[in-house]
Amino acid sequence: MSQFLQVLLSGLATGSIYALVAIGFTLVWQAAQTVNFAQGEFVMVPAFFVLVGMHVLGFPLALAVGFALLASIVVLGFVFKKLIVEPILPSGGISLIIATMALGILLRESVKEFYGAEAQPFPPLFPTDPIHVFGAVVSMQDLLNLVISLGVVILLTLFLNRTRTGRSMQAAAQNPAVAEILGVDVKRMIMYAFLINAALAALASFLITPVYLAKFSNGETLGLVAFIAAIVGGFNQIRGALVGGLLIGVLDNFVATYITAEYRAALPLILLIVIILLRPQGIMGTSEGRAV
Amino acid sequence: MNRKILLALSTALLMGVSSVQAQDVAKIAMVAELSGAGAPAGTNWRDGIKIAIEEINADGGILGKQVELPEYDTQTDPQVSRAMVQKAIDDGAFAILGTIYSGSTLVNMLVAQQSEIPQFVGSEAPTIVQKGNPFVFRTSSGAQKGVPALVPYFTDTLKAQKVGIAWVNNEFGKGGRDVFAAEMEKIGIEVIADVPSEQGATDYASDVAKLKDSGADAVFVYMNQEEAARFLIEAKKQGLSMPLVGEVTLTEAKVIELAGGAAENAIAHVGVTATATEIPGIAEFNEKFVAQFKRNPTHDAIKGYIGAWATKYVTEKVGEFDGAKFADAMKNLCLPVAEYPRMLLDTCWDETGEMSRPSFMVQVKDGAPVVIGTVPAN
Repeated sequence: MSQFLQVLLSGLATGSIYALVAIGFTLVWQAAQTVNFAQGEFVMVPAFFVLVGMHVLGFPLALAVGFALLASIVVLGFVFKKLIVEPILPSGGISLIIATMALGILLRESVKEFYGAEAQPFPPLFPTDPIHVFGAVVSMQDLLNLVISLGVVILLTLFLNRTRTGRSMQAAAQNPAVAEILGVDVKRMIMYAFLINAALAALASFLITPVYLAKFSNGETLGLVAFIAAIVGGFNQIRGALVGGLLIGVLDNFVATYITAEYRAALPLILLIVIILLRPQGIMGTSEGRAV
Repeated sequence: MNRKILLALSTALLMGVSSVQAQDVAKIAMVAELSGAGAPAGTNWRDGIKIAIEEINADGGILGKQVELPEYDTQTDPQVSRAMVQKAIDDGAFAILGTIYSGSTLVNMLVAQQSEIPQFVGSEAPTIVQKGNPFVFRTSSGAQKGVPALVPYFTDTLKAQKVGIAWVNNEFGKGGRDVFAAEMEKIGIEVIADVPSEQGATDYASDVAKLKDSGADAVFVYMNQEEAARFLIEAKKQGLSMPLVGEVTLTEAKVIELAGGAAENAIAHVGVTATATEIPGIAEFNEKFVAQFKRNPTHDAIKGYIGAWATKYVTEKVGEFDGAKFADAMKNLCLPVAEYPRMLLDTCWDETGEMSRPSFMVQVKDGAPVVIGTVPAN
């Protein structure tokens, strides 16, 4: 029972972080009709912003995290949108996809060049001591990661559905021309989507790096798994990205624990194939609808 | 006309100078994992060698020639490592130091063998010295010698009846796992959980959960540095309470740096450790390394250092730069520290290139590895 609870919790915690990254894929897709293949690197880079804040600027951890969040929103949100998306988007989605691939390589190699190829230690944001839940010893860190990730997803959903700005973002995503006629500042709404994506990626980075360690190559696997999670859940729905992330996180841990650890890396790919064959729009996705 | 003569004379002069320089220099190639998953091991290996080469050059070089140390990065990729060894040989290296990852060494040592170039490696997989390659030599004991040295710790100190094994599924990990499992079977200790993980794995939640639920009295952890650090972090996160005992990497400085408090109380058998500062040569090396690189050396740094000095000592024994004679001289060779102080400890090689020397049991206490016992050479 203890093992089952721990594996479930670890799977949900990791899956919720996958979900944060997958939601970023969805947001960018809705806003710019493109796939950001540098999304994994967008999760890797903020951890290094924290390390720069701590080791170069001499900030304490909390301030360094705040600095990294701000730097991520500016660099991975605003600058990314202005310098890469806006100039390339008129050339078509494919050009932009290739540009994001190149950006991913650039970010990876830049971090490797300036911070080294070795993994770096990253301080945990929460207590690492385990706690007792229903007689089982489970990880406090996993529990808090899960609560924070799900909390952020709920807040984001409320923001998009219950606020004027959120509804404007949805309108801009569904039909930009009509939204513009109705007075929505479409460009600004698209910019918001990119800024939120950067903030989500930074949050995922702060939560996962204490366990994964800060390394230039961290984004490779994370980006791929989150991309698959977004497809499995439904690429055009936030709730789909959430379901996809949690499903992959939990299945990965259960398969590794109770079936085989040797083929766990293949699990997301198998899931992807099954979903594409049986339900191409994803578990929660819709065939034609687009809604943020 | 004068300009043409001047140009020709200058060219001839330059060629002459470079030819003289080439004759006065001996090249030892450093081929290691400077990027990729093996970078922590490779960079330490390189830096240990750098200190040795500075000392060797200050000591008059090898057979009167100053030593050059070109560096080749394998990117922790076996195929790249093979190409790098070939490049090093093409560039005129008379000896090769590296690689460390066993999967790479098994591929690239054939290239050095074909060219009869002596190669000191940091790899510890048993198979490396079982291939009949007379040109490959270890700088620390292989798993088949190192892992059995741990057995008394499991039987006498921990009094374990059931153990778990957490190992990385690469050449290094498989070698250590197989030797440990065989040793446990020999003495009647049950391996109750056998948990492999992939190289570069980041999520150890299920591995630790399995070990935690297995009822093992202790866990043998046999992984590379970054994987070992991630494993220790997850073990602390889930409150894994049984002793974690490893071979070599588990208590390394880099692992302690990465895992932080999660590395506390981890135990390992290490062939050589920079914390054995009661040994004068190791203390001196440690001081030099910290002064030059502003960090503590790992055992890979000492292995690289020993490899470079062994290259000098044996070449000078042979009296010429000849790979075949070097390989002959290495067979059943012992370099006692009284005569060869830079070997740091009395060191012997058998006819296969396997190394033997005293070793240590180390435990992490207050964030630093501390020697808790010595193990005689086997």
